[in-house]
Amino acid sequence: MKVSAGPIQAVNDFVVKFANVNGSGSASANLLFAKAILRMGIPVAPRNIFPSNIQGLPTWFEVRVNAAGWRGRRGGVDLMVAMNPQTWDQDLKEIEPGGYLLYDSTKPLPESKFRDDISVIGVPLTEICNREYSDTRQRQLFKNIIYVGALSALLEIDPEEIAHLIGDQYKGKEALLKPNVHAMTIGRNYAINNLDCPLGIKVRRANAVGDRIFIEGNSAAALGAVYGGATVAAWYPITPSSSMAEAFARHCRKFRTEPASGRARYAIVQAEDELASIGIVIGAGWNGARAFTCTSGPGISLMQEFIGLAYFAEIPAVLFDVQRGSPSTGMPTRTQQADVLSCAYASHGDTKHVLLFPEDPKEAFEFAALSFDLADRLQTPIFVMLDLDVGMQDWLCEPLTWDDARTHDRGKVMSYEALEAGEEFGRYLDVDGDGIPYRTYPGTHPKRGSYFTRGTTKDRYARYTEDGATYVDNMERLLRKFETAKGLVPEPVRRDAAHATRFGVIYYGSTAPAIDEALAALAAQGIHLDALRVRAFPFQDSIADFIAAHEQVFVVEQNRDAQLKSLLVNELLVDPARLMPVLHYDGTPITARFISGEIAGKLAMFNVTPLRKVAP
Amino acid sequence: MTYLAKPKLHHPDLAKNKLGYTHRDYEGTVSTLCAGCGHDSISAAIIQAFFELDVAPHRVAKLSGIGCSSKTPTYFLGNSHGFNSVHGRMPSVLTGANLANRELIYLGVSGDGDSASIGLGQFAHSMRRGVNMVYIVENNGVYGLTKGQFSATADKGSKSKRGAINNDEPIDMVMMALQLGASFVARSFSGDKTQLTPLIKAAVQHQGAAFLDVISPCVAFNNHAGSTKSYDFVREHNESVNRLDFMPQHDEITADYAPGSLREVRQHDGSILRLRKLHEDYDPSDRITAMDFLQRRHADGEIVTGLLYVDPDAGDLHVALNTVETPLNRLGASELIPGAAALEKFNATLR
Ligand SMILES: Cc1ncc(C[n+]2csc(CCOP(=O)(O)OP(=O)(O)O)c2C)c(N)n1
Ligand code: SF4
Ligand SMILES: [Mg+2]
Repeated sequence: MKVSAGPIQAVNDFVVKFANVNGSGSASANLLFAKAILRMGIPVAPRNIFPSNIQGLPTWFEVRVNAAGWRGRRGGVDLMVAMNPQTWDQDLKEIEPGGYLLYDSTKPLPESKFRDDISVIGVPLTEICNREYSDTRQRQLFKNIIYVGALSALLEIDPEEIAHLIGDQYKGKEALLKPNVHAMTIGRNYAINNLDCPLGIKVRRANAVGDRIFIEGNSAAALGAVYGGATVAAWYPITPSSSMAEAFARHCRKFRTEPASGRARYAIVQAEDELASIGIVIGAGWNGARAFTCTSGPGISLMQEFIGLAYFAEIPAVLFDVQRGSPSTGMPTRTQQADVLSCAYASHGDTKHVLLFPEDPKEAFEFAALSFDLADRLQTPIFVMLDLDVGMQDWLCEPLTWDDARTHDRGKVMSYEALEAGEEFGRYLDVDGDGIPYRTYPGTHPKRGSYFTRGTTKDRYARYTEDGATYVDNMERLLRKFETAKGLVPEPVRRDAAHATRFGVIYYGSTAPAIDEALAALAAQGIHLDALRVRAFPFQDSIADFIAAHEQVFVVEQNRDAQLKSLLVNELLVDPARLMPVLHYDGTPITARFISGEIAGKLAMFNVTPLRKVAP
Repeated sequence: MTYLAKPKLHHPDLAKNKLGYTHRDYEGTVSTLCAGCGHDSISAAIIQAFFELDVAPHRVAKLSGIGCSSKTPTYFLGNSHGFNSVHGRMPSVLTGANLANRELIYLGVSGDGDSASIGLGQFAHSMRRGVNMVYIVENNGVYGLTKGQFSATADKGSKSKRGAINNDEPIDMVMMALQLGASFVARSFSGDKTQLTPLIKAAVQHQGAAFLDVISPCVAFNNHAGSTKSYDFVREHNESVNRLDFMPQHDEITADYAPGSLREVRQHDGSILRLRKLHEDYDPSDRITAMDFLQRRHADGEIVTGLLYVDPDAGDLHVALNTVETPLNRLGASELIPGAAALEKFNATLR
C-alpha cells in the first residue's frame, strides 16, 4: 500500500519512539534528545517505558514534541528509531501511515521486513562504531549518541544545544565530554552527507516553554517532603517508589546538613521490609517527628495492620504510594491507579483514610509538603497517591514555589506550659467539636500529660476499656474528624465547557493531561463536557453537587474496576447509573485519543448530536 | 476494677531518690496478670532499677508489642509515655521513636512469641542497627495471652500443659543477639531480683542496643513438670556467670570486693559495671568467647545467666546516621525549610 498523502509533514508536533534493549545506555541518550528540543523552546513529554529487568529485555522511550504543550501521551508514532531486533515487527506496526523509520542499516534486511507506506532511513550505526571504537562498551554507548547526532540533522535540532547538555552532564569530566560530542558530530555528519535532511517532521525554535521546569514526580515529592519538614524516612526498595527515597536522601544532603557540624537534620532508614518501614514512621510520628515512607501496592498490602493502628491510635504518618500495575507483582514498571480502594479503606475494621491525588510533579511537591501538615493536624495516616507515570517520568511543569511566610502546622499539641498551667488533658477528648483531640509528645512534663497509646479500645482519657458505648463514642468521633478533613484537603478543580452541557467528566492524577487534550478535541467536534478533577478523599460536597448537576458523568480512571467510581458511589450516595466508567489499564499511560474515542462512542449511544460542527 | 490507678498518696516517710521521687512515682496501674506470673516480678525489678538510677519517669518511653508481657508497661512507670503497638513490631516503632528524639530512654518490652516467633525479623534488625535501647524479652516459652501454645523459644521435647510435645528446635535469642551485634547482652530469671535489677540498671546506662532475655515462668501454662521454663526447672539448671554491681558515674567508687574475683567495666558515659565473677574463666568483653561458652553450657543442659557480653564503647544508630545533637522532633521550621530562594535556584537547574 502506497501512502496517498505522502510522508507526514509537521513542525513541532510529532511523536518519536525509540525501541532499545534495556541496559544499553539508551535512556540517557534519549533523554538528551528530549532535553535538546526543550532547550529550543519547544515543549516535550517524554515517557520511559521500561521492563522489570536490568539487562536484555526490550525498553522504549517515547518523546512527544508538541508546541501546544499537551503533556499526555498522544498515541501513535511518527518516527520510530528501531534499535531492537527483538521487537522489530511490533515496532514497525506502530508507525503511522506516512511515518518514518530510522534503523541500523549495517546488515541488509529483506524487503519483507519493511512497510511501503513509510519512509525508511538507514544509518549503518554498527559499522560506524566498529570503525571508530575498538572497545565494545564504547561501541554500545556511543551508538546511542551517534543516532542522536543523526536525528539532530534529520529533525533540525540545534547541535549546539546537544553539546551544551553534554557539557552540563560531564562538567569536570573532560575525558567523557569530548568523546560524547565527537560521537554526536559523527552521526550528524553522516546524516548531512548521506541522507535527505530534514524530514517532513522537524522542530523549529520557539518560545513555548517559558520558565517551566522539567522534573520527575518522585524527585518533586521528595523535595516537598523536605519543605514539609519530614525528618524521618523509612523505606524498602520497590519500583516505582525507590527513586523517591533516593531523591529525598539527595535533597537532604543538600538542604538539611547542619552547616557548622556537617551533621544530618534527618534520618533515613532502609528498613528490612515494609512492616518495619511503617512501624518506624509510626514510632517517629508518635514521638513528634514528621515521618514518611514511600512504597507501592505490594508494600501497602504489607502495612495494613499498622495502618489500622495509626488510624485508631491517631498517629500522624505520611505514605507515598507510587502506584504500579497490580495485583501481585503485576506489571511492576507500568503505570496504574489501582490502589485507590485498598488505600482509602486500608486495614481491618472500619477505617477511612485521607488520600491526595497529585496530577503532576508540581502538585506532587505541593501535596507532599501539605501532607505533613494534614497528618499532624488530623493525627492520622495521609496517603499521597502518585501514579508511576507521574513519579518516574520527567514532566514539563510550572516552577515549584514556596511562600517564605509559610510555616508548619503542627496541629494540636499540648505544651509543657499548658500542662503546667493545669489545662485539662484527655488524649482522646474532643474539646472543640472537630473530632481532633490534643496530644502530647513523650517527655514533655514530669507529672502531667503522659498517656498510654494502644490499639485496644480506650476512653477519652486513654484508659483501657472494653465498654461498648465508649468504643462507639470513639468511633463516632473518628467520623467527625474525617468530616473535618473535608475542609482541609485540596478542593477539586472544576472547569466548565464553553457551552452548557448535560455531561460531565471526573478524573484524577496522571490522567489530567490526557483529559485536557481530549476535552479540547471533543469540543472541536462539538461535544462539550464540564470537567472536575478530584484532588483528595474524603470527597467534598462540591463533588456531589457536580454529579447532581449532570445527567451523565464519565469517570476516567486507570484501573479495571472503576475504583474511584465505587468510592464516589459509596461515600456520596450518588445513583451509580449517573456515573459511566471510562477505563484504561493496560499499563501504558492513558491517551487523549483513547478518552475522546471512548466518550464520543458512549455519547453516540445517547444520540448526542454535536452542538456545532467545526471544520477540521 | 483492678485496672484503675492506685491513688498516689505519698507517705511522708517514703524513701526518696536524688530527684525527690519515691518508689511510688515509678509504679503504674495494678497488674491484671495472673498471680505469680513471672512478668510481674520483672515489672518490679524495672521499677526498682529506675528508682535507683534517679531517672525522671517522664524521660522514659516504654514500648511493647502484644502479649501478656507486652501489657506490662502499664504496670510500671505511670508517668512515662507508653505505646502498646502491634504483635511482633515493637522494635520498628521503638526505632522510629528513638530517631525522633535521641534524648529519651527507650525501654522495649516484649515476649518470646512477640520477639522470637512473629517478630523475629524486627528483633534481629533492631539489634543489627544498634538502636540505643533496653530490649527486654519476658521469656516463658509459650504464648500466654492466647492460652499456652508453644512459642519459638520452647525447648525441643518440652511438654505443654495439655500434654503436647514440642518438636521444633528452640531459638536462643541471646545467641542471636550476640551474633547480630547487640552491644550489651544478658540473661536473667524473673525469680532472681538481685541479679535482674542491676542488669536492668546497667542496660539502661548502656549506649547502644542492650538485650535482656529474662526467663519468666507462666504460672498458667508452663509451670508444670515437663516445661523447661518453670520456676523449678530454671532454679535447678541456672548457671550464673557473674554477679553485677552497677555504679552510676556519680556514685563514689568504693572498693569492698576482693580483687581477683572482681572485674570493672567502664561504660561510655562513665558509669562502672562491677562484675563479681562466679566463673573465673568467663570474659564478658569478648563476643566469641561468650558465644562459645554459651553453646558449651547449653550442651550440658545449663541455662547461663548474668552479663554475657558488653562492649562499653559501642555506638548506636544515631552515630551511624550522623544525626544532629538536637532531637529531630525539636528542629523548627527555620532549620527544616530551605526557603523560596533555594527553591528558585533548584528550579533553575531543571530548565
Ligand atoms: C497479628 C496478630 N496475630 C495474632 C495475635 C494473637 N496474639 C496475641 S498475644 C500472642 C502471643 C503472645 O506471646 P508472647 O509474646 O510470648 O507473650 P506472653 O503472653 O507469653 O507474655 C498472640 C499470638 C495478635 N495479637 N496479632
Ligand atoms: S497467662 Fe501466663 S504469661 Fe499470661 S499473665 Fe498468666 S501467668 Fe502470666
Ligand atoms: Mg510468651
